Amino acid sequence: MTTQTTAPKTSGGVAGDGSTGLIGIPAHLGRALATGGGLLTVVSTFLAWTWTAEFPGDLTVYGYPGGLQVLVLIAGALTTLLGLASYGVRGLGWLVPAGADAALKFAALSAFATTWYTVIAISAQLGGLVNLEPGAYVAAAATLVAFLGALALPFERPEPDPFDPDDTGWEQFKHTSGNNWQTVKAAFASGTPRTLRPLPSYVEILIIVAVLAVALLVFTYGIGTEYDELFVGFLITAGLGFAALNKAGLIAQATQITSRHTNITVCGAFIAAACFPFTQTDDQYATLGVYILIFATVALGLNIVVGLAGLLDLGYVAFLGVGAYAASMVSGSPSSPFDLHLPFWAAVLVGAAASLVFGVLIGAPTLRLRGDYLAIVTLGFGEIFRITANNLDGTSGPDVTNGSNGISSIPDLNVLGFDLGVQHDIGGFTIGRFANYFFLMLIITAVVVLVFRRSGDSRIGRAWVAIREDETAALAMGINGFRVKLIAFAVGATLAGLAGTVQAHVTYTVTPEQYLFAGTTPPNSAFLLAAVVLGGMGTIAGPLIGASLLFLIPNKLQFLGDYQLFAFGLALVLLMRFRPEGLIANRRNKLEFHEEAEAPTTLSKTGA
Amino acid sequence: MTTDTTTRDTAPGAPAPGTTVLDARGVTMRFGGLTAVNNVDLTVNSGEIVGLIGPNGAGKTTFFNCLTGLYIPTEGEVRYKDRVLPAKSFKVTAAGIARTFQNIRLFSNMTVLENVLVGRHTRTKEGFWSAVLRGPGFHRAEKASRERAEELLEFVGLASKADHLARNLPYGEQRKLEIARALASEPGLLLLDEPTAGMNPQETRATEELVFAIRDKGIAVLVIEHDMRFIFNLCDRVAVLVQGQKLVEGDSATVQGDERVIAAYLGEPLENDPGAAEAAEVEAAEAAQADASSDTSAGKENDR
Repeated sequence: MTTQTTAPKTSGGVAGDGSTGLIGIPAHLGRALATGGGLLTVVSTFLAWTWTAEFPGDLTVYGYPGGLQVLVLIAGALTTLLGLASYGVRGLGWLVPAGADAALKFAALSAFATTWYTVIAISAQLGGLVNLEPGAYVAAAATLVAFLGALALPFERPEPDPFDPDDTGWEQFKHTSGNNWQTVKAAFASGTPRTLRPLPSYVEILIIVAVLAVALLVFTYGIGTEYDELFVGFLITAGLGFAALNKAGLIAQATQITSRHTNITVCGAFIAAACFPFTQTDDQYATLGVYILIFATVALGLNIVVGLAGLLDLGYVAFLGVGAYAASMVSGSPSSPFDLHLPFWAAVLVGAAASLVFGVLIGAPTLRLRGDYLAIVTLGFGEIFRITANNLDGTSGPDVTNGSNGISSIPDLNVLGFDLGVQHDIGGFTIGRFANYFFLMLIITAVVVLVFRRSGDSRIGRAWVAIREDETAALAMGINGFRVKLIAFAVGATLAGLAGTVQAHVTYTVTPEQYLFAGTTPPNSAFLLAAVVLGGMGTIAGPLIGASLLFLIPNKLQFLGDYQLFAFGLALVLLMRFRPEGLIANRRNKLEFHEEAEAPTTLSKTGA
Repeated sequence: MTTDTTTRDTAPGAPAPGTTVLDARGVTMRFGGLTAVNNVDLTVNSGEIVGLIGPNGAGKTTFFNCLTGLYIPTEGEVRYKDRVLPAKSFKVTAAGIARTFQNIRLFSNMTVLENVLVGRHTRTKEGFWSAVLRGPGFHRAEKASRERAEELLEFVGLASKADHLARNLPYGEQRKLEIARALASEPGLLLLDEPTAGMNPQETRATEELVFAIRDKGIAVLVIEHDMRFIFNLCDRVAVLVQGQKLVEGDSATVQGDERVIAAYLGEPLENDPGAAEAAEVEAAEAAQADASSDTSAGKENDR
C-alpha cells in the first residue's frame, strides 16, 4: 500500500512548466488508461479473486461479485463514468460540474486502494499470493493502471517557493517536502463548481429524495457489514468515493439544493431514517441503530452547549445519566427505591425535569467561569455524579441508586397499548424490540433537532453565538450573559435527560459505569465531545454523522482491541490538523479556521 | 485649525441646554495603588455632543468603562436620567447607554445583519420557549427587529452588505457597524471610544456626518478621540482628562486656548514664561506624568 508515496518523488524531478501530470505519461494516454483501467476493474469484479470461500464474502464465483468485490465494482464504475465524463461524453456533463480530473484521481484512488486492500488481505489471511486467482491479478493491475493514468492528468502546478541558499540540509529537506506536498495538493484540487440554475421544485425534491436514498443505502450497507475486512473496505471506498464526488462538485450542488428546501430535507432525512428498520430482516443491526441514535441525539444536545453557546462541557454524560436514573426509578423496576410505575410520558417528564434541575444546579455556580476553567469544573461534576450514584447503595449512603448494581430489570415500555418489548409484524416486515425503540428514539431525535434549529435561529440563539464570539461585547450589547448561558446549559441538560429516559428502557439496566468520562464504549463525555468536534460544531448533520462513525468504527473493528482509544486519539489529532472545522463544516467555523481561504462574500442563510 | 470655528458655528442644532442625560459625580477608579480616574465630574445633556480628550493613559477608557458598568467605580456615582446606574454592563445597556469599543469588538463570524440584531436584544423579549414554539408573536417580533436592523444599516450606509460576515468588512465599515449595533439598543446616550482611529480623512469626515446625524435623532453622544480636528469640529463641549483628573471643560475655543492642555499634550512649558505658579504646576504635571507613565501603561486603555 506504499505506492502512493512514490508519486511525490517522481514529481520532484519534473520542472514546473504549467500543467503536466504528476507522472510523466502524456495526458491523453493517461486519460485513456484511467478510463480503460476503470472499465477493466468493473469487468474484473465478475471474475473469481480467490479459490476458497475461507476469505469472508465468497470471492470465488465467476459472474457474480460478492463482498469487497461489490465495493470495487462501485469504485470502478465511478472511475469509468468520471473518465468518460472527462472526455466530454454527452449526457455525463452533469456528473462533473467542477471539472472531472481531480474527481477522476480520487475515484481511481478509491478503486485502487480498495482492490489492493482486498488483495493484500486475501494474501495475508490465507497465507500467500498463491491463493489469488487470475481475477485478483487483473483487478490489481487494472486499478493500478487506472490510478497511474489518473495521476498523469494535467493540473495547475503551483509555483515552488525558491530556496534560501543559506539553509541547512534539514531545512532544505523540509522545504522540498513542503513544495512537493503543495504540488500533490494542487494535483488533487478542483475548481469551484458552476452554480446550479434553479430547477423546477419537483425535480429538486426528487433529487433530494435520491440523495437521501443513497445516504440510507450507504448507511445501511455500512451498519450491515459482517466482517472487519468488508467494513474497512467500506470505509475506504465510501471515504474516497465521497471525496471524488466532492471534487466533482456534486456535493456542493446537492448542498445548494438542500439549502433551498431545508424543511423538506430535514423531514426527508427523518423518513429515510425511519425506513432503516424496514431494510433489516432481524433485530441485529437495529440494535446498533438505536444505540447510534441515542449517542447521536445526546451529541446533538451537547452541540447546543458547545457549538452554539461555546461552553465546553466535559461532564455532559452525567445529564444523560440523571435522566436515565430518574426515569428508571419511576418505571417500576424492582430495584428502585420507589414503588412507582408511571406511564412513559410521565417518566419522560420526570427524567427531563430531573436533568433540568441538575443542569441548573451545576450551571448556576460554574457558569461564572470562562473557557478552560468551566471545562475542568464540569469534568469534575460529571465524575461526582458517577461516584455519588455508585455510593448511594445503602452502605456508604442512603439506598437510592442501588450502588454499582444499578437499577436493573427495567420493564419494557408500553405506549398506548403498543408493547415495545415484543416483535411486531407490520405489512410483512418484522419489527423487533430494538426497531421499536429505534422509532421511539427517532421521535426524541426529532424533538432535539427541532429545538436546535428553532432556538439557534432566534433571539436566544443569536445571544448564544454572540456570547461565544465575544463575551464582553455581548454584555455591552445588553445580553445577560449568565442567564443566557444558564439557559443553554439547562436546555442541553434537559435534552440529554430526554434521551436518557429512553436509554434506560433500551438497556434494561442503569449502572454508574455507563456514564464515564472516557471509556471504550460510547456514549461517554469524551466521545460525545469528540462526536461534536469530529462532525462539526454548530451543525445538525455534523454530530449525527460524527456519532455514527464514532459508534460504528469501534463496534465493527473489534480487532483493534486495546488500541482502539489510541487509534481514536490519533484520528482526532489528524483531523484537528487537517480539518479543524470537522467533517461537516459550519460556514462560520470554516472561515474561522481557514483564515487564508477565500471567504464567500455572503452567507445566504442567516441564523446559526 | 482655522476651519474649526466656522464649522462649529454652522453646525445645525444649537446646543440647547436640554435635560441632563448623564451625570457622573466624583467618579474615582483605583486599581490597587494606582488611581486611574480621580474624582471626575461630567454631565452630558440631551442633544449634546461632548468630547473627552487627553493624552494616552489619561484614563479616558477607564472612565468609559466606569460609565458602562464594565468597572464598578471605587467612589462616586453615575446617574442616567436621574437614576443611579446598575453595576452590570448589560443592565446599563438596558437602561439606555450604548457604547462602541476602541479596538473593534464585533461578533466577527456573524453576519452584519445578525450583529445589529444582537444589539436589539434588550428591546425584545422573546425567550427560549417562544423561539421553540414559534407562535405569531415570535414572527412579529422577529420581523420588527429585522426591519429596525435594516433601517439602522440603511442609516449608517451598510444596507447592501447585510449578509456579509462582519469580519469581511473593511475597517471603516466595521466601525460603522459597531455604531449601528450600539444604536440598535435604542440608547439615549451613545459612547464612542475613538470612532475614527485608523481612518483616513474621508472616512473621518463621513463619521463626523454620522455623529451629527445621530445627535439629530435626539441621542446624546460622548466621544473619546485623539483626532483634535475631529473633536473640535464635532463637539459642543470638550473635557480634558489628564492623569485621571479633569483638567478643563468647556467649548472648543476654551480648551484649545488653555495652556495646561497644551502642556499636558506637548509636555513642555510655553515659550513665553507664564506665571511662576503656572510653570511650577506644569512642571509638576510633567514630572508626575513621567513617573506615572510607566505604571499607567499596564492598565491603560484596557477595555475589559
